[in-house]
Amino acid sequence: MNGDQIFNSINNIQISIKNHKDEIEKLDQEIGDGDHIFNILRGLDEILNLKEELMDKPIDHIFKQLGMKIMTTVGGSSGALFATLLMGMSKKYNSDLNALHNLSEMFFEGVQSMKKRGKADVGEKTMLDVLIPVSKSLIELQNETDFEKVANNINNVAKDGMLSTKDIIATKGRASFLGERAKGHIDPGARSSQLAIEAICNQFINK
Amino acid sequence: MKKFVNEVENILTESLTGFGKAHSDIIDVRLSPDFVFRKNKSQNDKVALISGGGSGHEPLHGGFVGYGMLDAACPGQVFSAPTPDQMEAAANEVHKNKGILFIVKNYSGDIMNFEMGADMIEHENQTIIVNDDVAVEDSTFTTGRRGVAGTMIVEKTVGSLAETGASLEDCKIFGDHVNKMTASMGVAFTSCTVPAAGKPTFELSNDEMEFGVGIHGEPGRRREKIKSANQLTDEILETILEDLKPDNNQEVLLHVNGFGGTPLMELYLLFECGQKLLEKKNIKVSRSLVGNYTTSLEMAGGSFTVTKLDADIAKHWDSAVHTPALRWKM
Repeated sequence: MNGDQIFNSINNIQISIKNHKDEIEKLDQEIGDGDHIFNILRGLDEILNLKEELMDKPIDHIFKQLGMKIMTTVGGSSGALFATLLMGMSKKYNSDLNALHNLSEMFFEGVQSMKKRGKADVGEKTMLDVLIPVSKSLIELQNETDFEKVANNINNVAKDGMLSTKDIIATKGRASFLGERAKGHIDPGARSSQLAIEAICNQFINK
Repeated sequence: MKKFVNEVENILTESLTGFGKAHSDIIDVRLSPDFVFRKNKSQNDKVALISGGGSGHEPLHGGFVGYGMLDAACPGQVFSAPTPDQMEAAANEVHKNKGILFIVKNYSGDIMNFEMGADMIEHENQTIIVNDDVAVEDSTFTTGRRGVAGTMIVEKTVGSLAETGASLEDCKIFGDHVNKMTASMGVAFTSCTVPAAGKPTFELSNDEMEFGVGIHGEPGRRREKIKSANQLTDEILETILEDLKPDNNQEVLLHVNGFGGTPLMELYLLFECGQKLLEKKNIKVSRSLVGNYTTSLEMAGGSFTVTKLDADIAKHWDSAVHTPALRWKM
């Protein structure tokens, strides 16, 4: 893992989110208030601006600074949660581990911090319906050497998690105010999280 | 989209700067991180009240900064919770040796960002979470009810108590009490347009309304055909009274709040409907407030808020206040 890979991944995330801008905005307008996509895009812009400054810094420092930047520029639930994810990840960095092992431990820690901050778990129609299963699968796959296999696997877990939000009646977040009416709609935070994970995984597929 | 705008990304900064200049006798605006705070700070130690939330609800919260109400307010992007560094900066600016009391509307984003802000400050602090919207089912394992127009009533009354030099603990207890005595519910006739989106959050046809709507143009309890003001008043106040369970001859504060796109003429008409209905039910409207106080950009529609009054709440509602949006007795 190095700074170049991290910023390359963020770049790919931005491309994917921009390609699905209208879709995410529409999902949010159906069950939220329409601010999610703009917060996400603003956050991605802000952290990509840090590339020059952070590129050659230690990995844990990069994650911490990315988290701080998101915390102070994004706002809303997504700002608080993604900032918590990245700052949580920075705490678990261990340069003795290989990249996948390291990443899986970091991501698991980050998602645990998010659960605590959001007081939410799987099954509540939030981005955690994608991120929790992904974090668990990464731990299970952490000794795998075939990265393409891992990426395909994680892609599927993320997609299943995203699709599962369609039939959940939300109990947390803005959609919870809708009760039954939010049923049948995919959670916008789950969709943007799945797209981000897909953008990272696709870097390891067909290479 | 037809709005007064130069560059969409500068809307907030330009609006905040103008707000600061227009009310330069009582408030000041700090940018990056953004917050509004009182210019003439009290000479005495007091609990500092800080609120905040997404922009687009003006005058909430910045318009309620001043004597007898808030010490500072942190505006986020339109309909998005502010960031923790705003709360940190505001707290460091306005603390007055008796702790910080955060007043937060019950939305996941606001709660999380205020929690993170509280973690960053060294001053003793407490948080009041306002959840007056009875359109949403409450439950212990969900996000629960939203905070809407009742928030300013909590800010006014707790602000008054804080001005007397009351302790952080007492202010927190009183704020929770006022919140419990307060219930709101609203109806929207149109959607609203978040500037960054450039188009309405939802579509409503000419003869439809969104019943039990929130203050972000987010959908409400149900969508249905529009009804007469009396019928709407009936349905809304019935739901509110079910929640508040007022005694016979209960004195209340009746607040009719406009969402930004409905003329005052209609809001006063709605007040008349509400007052009549409450009178019929032996509930005495002894305090009133009508106007656009908790808005949702240019959304048409409005809400009723009822607060059950006891001697303390009435006293702290009546006391002097001097803010950009609310001013009496001084």
